[in-house]
Amino acid sequence: MRHAFALRIGPIGFRIGSDWRAPIDQLRSLYRDYPAPQDGVADYTVRLFARRPWRRWLRPSVEIGGDYMLPEAAPLPLRHGLLAAEMAMNLQMALGARRHLLLHASAVERDGRAVLMTGVSGAGKSTLATLLAVRGWRFMGDEFALLDPATGLLHAFPRLISLKNAAILAAEAAWPDARMGPLMAATPKGNIRHMVPDARAIAAMDQPAAPALLLFPRYGDAAAVRQVPPAEAFVRMTQASTNYVALGEPGFTAMTRLIADVPAVAIDYPDGASGVAQVEALCAAL
Amino acid sequence: MDTAAPGAIYRADPPGGLVVVPLDAFTAVYHRRSGMTHLLTEPAPQILAILGDAGLSLDALLDRLADDYDLADATASALAARLDELVAAGLVATS
Repeated sequence: MRHAFALRIGPIGFRIGSDWRAPIDQLRSLYRDYPAPQDGVADYTVRLFARRPWRRWLRPSVEIGGDYMLPEAAPLPLRHGLLAAEMAMNLQMALGARRHLLLHASAVERDGRAVLMTGVSGAGKSTLATLLAVRGWRFMGDEFALLDPATGLLHAFPRLISLKNAAILAAEAAWPDARMGPLMAATPKGNIRHMVPDARAIAAMDQPAAPALLLFPRYGDAAAVRQVPPAEAFVRMTQASTNYVALGEPGFTAMTRLIADVPAVAIDYPDGASGVAQVEALCAAL
Repeated sequence: MDTAAPGAIYRADPPGGLVVVPLDAFTAVYHRRSGMTHLLTEPAPQILAILGDAGLSLDALLDRLADDYDLADATASALAARLDELVAAGLVATS
């Protein structure tokens, strides 16, 4: 590919190749503080390419590819090239990960103990993670958390934070000094802007943490807390994993151990401040 | 699925074929041969344990369950229904 960039996010190395310079320049700038892949070898290769050679210039349209493909993935216009790159990186991880049990969850850490938050889109797992980071928690990631089946420890994956619609303004207010990517308007997911995680999250990304709380947040209703029984937590967490089935028995063992060792709680929260207070109260009582 | 013929022998994978982890009222079972995870409630884990040691007929299984557990309301038809579910799930085979 004409343009390329390699980086490591937590334990995962990526190499992104592109027919165009712009998305690579944006990635290089936003990920400038991230290290290169371990020993120079990337776990996943992501390709952004033009479907036909002339489409590099004429209404450029970005196809995404790599070791794993979704044939129905729609191409994106070049102005959304950064989004295409991030989507492609997520896709390669989701379909290819075998070293870790991959959990579609956000995670924060304090004193070596991690809170894992998962839920449907709009439940607020990203928002809560970024708000807790403002309160001094270490941000471990807002898309994937990586559970090591051998150790039971959670590895951080602090990739760029993908802010959508109203969350963009909220994050800009909470993190006035944060570095931001370009505002990409009217993408298939609405308005999107990427935010670089804070320096501490990047500096500490090689430090795993012991999972201490499984949290299923839901935004909108009055504050409420409910203990989640182990079988329900097991079902929810297997649904939140993109590679549980592919991992086979090590995945089963890691998941049942996680459920046995870590309390699971569902919360309703009416606003960000209440959610943060609920999480901190739950953690203080552990 | 139709209930197996009278006198049919039911078999489950031997003890090493399943990983069984009790969670609460549910038990998580990993079926090594298929790579599938099942969430089971009583008496399914007990049935699998008994049938994993040796194949049994419906009546013999009912006797074993009655010996091992306090089955106040167990009937052959109720047990046959549970066995049909386990056959459908691929955890029990008949011959």
